[in-house]
Amino acid sequence: MTIPLAPSTVALPPRWRDKLAYLGYQVRRSPLTMAGLAITLLVLLCMAFAPWLASHDPNALNLAQRLAEPSAAHWFGTDEVGRDLFSRVLYGSRQSVGVGLFVAFSSCLIGGLLGCMSGVIGGRFDSLIMRLMDIMLSVPSLVLIMALAAALGASLFNAMLAITLVRIPFYVRLARGQALSIRQMGYVKAAQTFGAGRWHIVLWHVARNATPPLLVQLSLDIGAAILMASALGFIGLGAQQPTAEWGAMVATGRNYILDQWWYSTFPGLAILLTATGFNLLGDGVRDLLDPRQQGK
Amino acid sequence: MVKPMNDPVLNIDNLSIEFPAYRSTVKALNGVSLQVNPGEIVGVIGESGSGKSVTAMLSLRLLPERSYRVSGGSLHILGRDMLAAKEKDLLSVRGRDVAMIFQEPMTALNPTRRIGRQMTDVIIHHQQLSKQQARAKAIALLRDMHIADPEQVLDSYPFELSGGMRQRVMIALAFSCDPQLLIADEPTTALDVTVQRQVLLLLREKARERGTAILLITHDMALVSQFCDRVYVMYTGAVVEQGVTAEVMAAPSHPYTQGLLSGLPEQVEPGQELMTIPGQVPNLAALPEGCTFRDRCAFAMAKCSQRPPLLAEGASGQRKSACWLSTEKQAS
Repeated sequence: MTIPLAPSTVALPPRWRDKLAYLGYQVRRSPLTMAGLAITLLVLLCMAFAPWLASHDPNALNLAQRLAEPSAAHWFGTDEVGRDLFSRVLYGSRQSVGVGLFVAFSSCLIGGLLGCMSGVIGGRFDSLIMRLMDIMLSVPSLVLIMALAAALGASLFNAMLAITLVRIPFYVRLARGQALSIRQMGYVKAAQTFGAGRWHIVLWHVARNATPPLLVQLSLDIGAAILMASALGFIGLGAQQPTAEWGAMVATGRNYILDQWWYSTFPGLAILLTATGFNLLGDGVRDLLDPRQQGK
Repeated sequence: MVKPMNDPVLNIDNLSIEFPAYRSTVKALNGVSLQVNPGEIVGVIGESGSGKSVTAMLSLRLLPERSYRVSGGSLHILGRDMLAAKEKDLLSVRGRDVAMIFQEPMTALNPTRRIGRQMTDVIIHHQQLSKQQARAKAIALLRDMHIADPEQVLDSYPFELSGGMRQRVMIALAFSCDPQLLIADEPTTALDVTVQRQVLLLLREKARERGTAILLITHDMALVSQFCDRVYVMYTGAVVEQGVTAEVMAAPSHPYTQGLLSGLPEQVEPGQELMTIPGQVPNLAALPEGCTFRDRCAFAMAKCSQRPPLLAEGASGQRKSACWLSTEKQAS
């Protein structure tokens, strides 16, 4: 007995090229996403090439040039010990954006996995995790971050840990909600009948299919994380002197804001621009991955 | 057709399970006994709520633990007590000794992973093979399923395939580890009639080639009559009639089976109304005493207030039915 089958004749173009072209088309349709992408790329380039782009050593003191106005030699002016602000803002991108990226990715990874496990395993494990997350969510996040950062000790790394910890519950809830619906899907049941273990199901079936909303949340979170890191730096719980960090720079500059406007302004603008860029890009990613949410 | 009798692959003996619910228990299975012998194709037929899918799911312990309670009986697969098996042992039984295919080929494959990875995952899980060997095996399996271009199918995502193709992939996967038993829970319900036939013929051909037993769960009488060696008719979580398919179809002895058969469209002239069984399936949380089919049965009598036993009829002992009518016929 043979079963007649329609021969498959359609030759497909290479997948990745097709995907890239589609992505380009989608991005081109939205000017705001384009702008976000441009800003993000600019910031990432600054991060990567800070040593080559900087006009001065960011930590070199020059007491003769204290609080100098912006000029050809010092584009953004200098600070109270004569350090070049342009170079410091450039180097500061490494701290602030680095924290933003690290926080978003690590809290997404940890929270996503925890949420998927919670949803799949269910029962007491699920209740325990979720009540823990509820407790964390019940405290205003900035207060919790400050408390954690203060308890761990003031440093950029501890600030990073604190923000990550506080962002985790959002991902856990998101991932768990996804996991609850995904674990009812036919392919999870099918995988079970073929002998798949729990871990395999969490990783390859649930987590994998729960990814799109997590990615959306992640891309929207980078900007928020940068703001939070800067806020911690501003109140002195983040990066310490003499590290160039935007929030700390704005905070020190505050003392001179009436006479030396450039000190706080340029790091502040850097924060504004970067956060805006990542947020615009995040919106674009959301529209791409979740078209039904578009325009909301 | 039927191979000589060995120990049954699947042996369910007087199994009862119930689901605790608010202020009641839903009695899903009430003393089911069912055997599948090596290489045999056995049909289980019944309407919704008759317990056929629960039986299938329970065979592989796929029902959520703690949601049900076994109130009696036993379930053995290849001599292994499945009700007492540990979770770890189940993982090696599932997919290797017993495979299962579902009615929704549309959702049975993960949409975000390529067919190839999903197939090799299963193959590698149960057999000591390298990735290349597993892929070669997957290609061979798909070719065996009369798929013209296995390489391309392996590189596809599920949404790029038709329903029939997907079910064929599932069947290939089910046969990947040469299981002793294949449980097919309404494998063709979601498919077109023409594709249905192709898929079923394929299923039977492969099962006969490899000596795999099939437990086919369906509510389609025509399908059972064409494909199954033996058939079990289930009603309210119990077997009401069993026997060799041809015999049951030719001369059903339980009124419920008679009702099912007379409901087939082939039984009446075009334009005439179809026969139906009056009434509804009783609530499984409050089953009546005695014969559960009593209220819908045209032959109900006083004795039906006691539950009729499933008794053998005829000389072979293969044919059984649970009705006082047939018991009386035998007595006289």
